Amino acid sequence: MPVAEHHILVDKPSLDMGIQNLIWQVTKKAFTGGIIGITISDRFCSVVPVRGDSMSPTFNPQRNSYLDDYVLVEKFCLNDYKFARGDVVVFSSPTHFKDRYIKRIVGMPGEWISSSRDVIRVPEGHCWVEGDNKASSLDSRTFGPIPLGLIRGRVSGVVWPPQRVSKIG
Amino acid sequence: MGSSSSFWNIAYQQAMKSGVLVAKVYSFLHVTTNYLAFPAYAFGPSMIPTLHPSGNVVLAERISTRSRKLSRGDVVVLQSPEDPNKTPIKRVIGLEGDCVSFVADPEKSDESKTIVVPKGHVWVQGDYTQNSRDSRMFGPLPYGLIQGKVLWRVWPFQDFGPIGPTTT
Repeated sequence: MPVAEHHILVDKPSLDMGIQNLIWQVTKKAFTGGIIGITISDRFCSVVPVRGDSMSPTFNPQRNSYLDDYVLVEKFCLNDYKFARGDVVVFSSPTHFKDRYIKRIVGMPGEWISSSRDVIRVPEGHCWVEGDNKASSLDSRTFGPIPLGLIRGRVSGVVWPPQRVSKIG
Repeated sequence: MGSSSSFWNIAYQQAMKSGVLVAKVYSFLHVTTNYLAFPAYAFGPSMIPTLHPSGNVVLAERISTRSRKLSRGDVVVLQSPEDPNKTPIKRVIGLEGDCVSFVADPEKSDESKTIVVPKGHVWVQGDYTQNSRDSRMFGPLPYGLIQGKVLWRVWPFQDFGPIGPTTT
C-alpha cells in the first residue's frame, strides 16, 4: 500500500523572502528603538562619563581614566531653565560648541563675582560657572559668564563606579 | 472566574499597546523637530520687511546648524542670551573672524564701533535695525545658542515662499 509521503518543499525564492522579511522586521525594531532611545536621552536623562579632574574631588578624585565617574544628567531642567547656585551642569562650550563641559554654577544673574582683579556682575540670562578644582579648571574665570541657553542638563548624581554612587544637590 | 481575569488581561494589553504607540509617536515627533526641521511662529517688528510684525509661521531646519554650515545672510532662530526661554529670529551678519561695524546706540549718538567676531560666535541683527534687540545690544552670539536656519514662510498662505539671504 503506497504511503502518502508528505514533503515540505522550501524552494529558494520563498526562503529568501523569509530572510528578507526577518531583516526588515529587525531593522524596523532597531530603528524604533533608536528613536525612542534618542528621545529618552534628550528629554529625560542620560548617563555620561566625566573626563578630567576639574571637578575633583566631587568627580574623578583620582587621576586615572579607568576609574572615571559616570554621572546621571537630567534634562527636565531644560523646560524652564530654572537653575540655582550650586547646581552642577553640563553645557556647550561658548568657543567650541561641539565640546561639552561639566562645571558648577557659582553665580546666578544679578549676583556679583569677585575674580582676580575686579568684581563682575553676572548679566541677565547668564551664569558664572567654575570647576570645584580651581587649580585645574577651564571655566568662567577664562571665558566669562555663559548664557543659560548653552546648558544641556543638570547632574543629579554619580551612577558608576558602585562605591561612589551618590546624589548631588 | 475566568472571564473577569481575561477582561483585565485584555484591558492591560490594550493599554500597553496604546502606551507603546504614544511613545513611538512622541519619539518620532521629537527626533523630527530636533534633528530635521521645526515650525516657528515669528512676530514683532525686528525683521521687517522680511517677516511681518503681526505674525508669520516659518519652517526652520536643524541640519545646517548641526554641521556648522551657516553663511552670512542666513536668517536663524536663536535662544536669546538674555532669556533662555525666548527664541527670537534674526539674520546672521558676521561669522567668526569677521570685522563688524555698528552704531551701538542710535538714539544717543552716531558713533560707530568695530568688533571682531570671536571664535565660536556669530553676529546677528534684525533687518529692521531701528527696533531690534540683537548683537548690537547683547554682543556676539555663541554658536551653541542657534536653534535652526529659517527656510520657508508657510503662513499666512499668501506670503508662502522661501526666506532668502538678502532682505526681500
